[in-house]
Amino acid sequence: MLKSLEKNLPKIVLAPAVGLISWFVYGFVLWTCYISFTNSKILPKYELWGVGQYVKLWASRKWLIAVDNLLIFTALFLIICIVLGIILAIFLDQKIRAEGVLRTIYLYPMALSFIVTGTAWKWILNPSLGIQKMFIDWGFENFTFDWLVNREMAIYTIVIAGVWQSAGFVMALFLAGLRSVEDEIVKAAKIDGAGLFTVYWKILIPMMRPVFFTSFVILVHISIKSYDLIVALTQGGPGISTTMPALYMTQTAFHKSQVGLSAASAMMMFMAVAAVIIPYLYSELRRENAS
Amino acid sequence: MQANTSASSYKQLEQKSKLTNMFLRWFLYFVLILFASYFIFPLYVMVVTSLKTMEEIRQGTLLTWPSALNFESWAVAWGGRGYGAGDTFLRPYFWNSIKMVVPAVFFSTFIGAMAGYVLTKWRFKGDQWIFLFLLFGCFIPFQAILLPMARTLGVLGISNSILGLIVVHTVYGIPFTTLFFRNYYVSIPTELVKAARIDGAGFFKIFFKILLPISAPIIVVTVIWQFTQIWNDFLFGSTFSFGEAAPIQVALNNMVLSSTSVKEYNVDMASAIIAGIPTLIVYVLAGKYFIRGLTSGAVKG
Repeated sequence: MLKSLEKNLPKIVLAPAVGLISWFVYGFVLWTCYISFTNSKILPKYELWGVGQYVKLWASRKWLIAVDNLLIFTALFLIICIVLGIILAIFLDQKIRAEGVLRTIYLYPMALSFIVTGTAWKWILNPSLGIQKMFIDWGFENFTFDWLVNREMAIYTIVIAGVWQSAGFVMALFLAGLRSVEDEIVKAAKIDGAGLFTVYWKILIPMMRPVFFTSFVILVHISIKSYDLIVALTQGGPGISTTMPALYMTQTAFHKSQVGLSAASAMMMFMAVAAVIIPYLYSELRRENAS
Repeated sequence: MQANTSASSYKQLEQKSKLTNMFLRWFLYFVLILFASYFIFPLYVMVVTSLKTMEEIRQGTLLTWPSALNFESWAVAWGGRGYGAGDTFLRPYFWNSIKMVVPAVFFSTFIGAMAGYVLTKWRFKGDQWIFLFLLFGCFIPFQAILLPMARTLGVLGISNSILGLIVVHTVYGIPFTTLFFRNYYVSIPTELVKAARIDGAGFFKIFFKILLPISAPIIVVTVIWQFTQIWNDFLFGSTFSFGEAAPIQVALNNMVLSSTSVKEYNVDMASAIIAGIPTLIVYVLAGKYFIRGLTSGAVKG
């Protein structure tokens, strides 16, 4: 008895972690999935109702706006963060004085919450006393910068704040990637007469392929889940012009009491994340097994 | 003759390249400093605004330096005015967050350390699948578990309580903490453990005598990661708590959004700084570990 206990001790110690994750992650996702196929309103109902909620979801104007916004935000957020991240990483890699200070400055927003970030940018971007007023006071009398309260442009304020928060992180990933390249490779290329530009463009950047992949996965993941930043910056407004899926999900569940519909939107988000993450995990695992 | 010309032209070339080099250096520093100012700008604005009076805010611009260092907004943000309806301030919520963060970080780190230990030093058939099973939890969008979690907390009678938030943060921290410890222990030679086992050391003795003493770096990384995540969380805090049990990020958001009276941007900015300062301090003091957590939490699978 004692012997078998001792033999199974590792598995017993592992059990709480596996049990909690089975229940709170997998069990809960399955529950949400099931509820998305029912006609649940305030309280969950358990008789199946087919795909009605999904039909309703994709017919909802607000959801379509949310998806549109997500696509715009993800595209811009990805491109700007990666371009900025690479440029900063390459520039910092040139034996720069005070590199540590600069790196600290680029990365500190990552330590702040999205609520703090949103609060700060909301103040900076507000038309009456923020940047707009600054330029008007400087003598640019016709200067307007009202994106925060402009239906067409408000989504871009979220991009500005999101990039501010995350670009430094991409920089750190690329800098680590560049530093891990053997010096010999660069030296050999230079002996062959390659200029610095060619070394980066033809040799180093192509070698950063895994870093691109990682940044892509992380940034897409952040953008699908983005919720706090929108709540703090625009609350989905003006009107519903900056709604995103995560905000749609919580509003539908907790303000409109449409539990079934909100479960359907949560499952759409889940599938979007899975579509990005599963190939990523698969390739990571293969790489680890190969090495 | 021949050699002479080539030498002088080489010199010319060298001079030219020196010039372009200098120009490039200047350009490099210019761009780096330009972006540094973009990143530092909001922090500067926050600090400066929090030190101004509302009168100064209306008269000056975002960048104007305050006429005097006026910490009144900080006092109001932290402790309120002591009168008036809707006199909300951060102090109680700051303590809520502390009471939530400390146990949640402790439990999730402990469970993750144990799981990482088993998965690397007491390997069994299929352990890789268990790891993958746990790892996937890092990536799920929490919206997919929000509804059942709200019901579960209700059934357990701990909705809208700090205890409820401790449970939530502990559970959803486990995938990350497991990942950190697993990846750290995997690089520690298993021979150490095997030798100790032959000497008759048991499961816990090996952990506490051999692995724990060399785990300081990864414990620091994990604690910082979990601390930052939980302190900065808004989704769980705002969904599972309201009123008096709310953590600081929720309280900050409520304070900023409440439109009962005239907007006081100086108090808003002071509040934002108070809510951000603990993680900022951790970042400045232990940036190396913070970055290591970020990159390994995200990069490695």
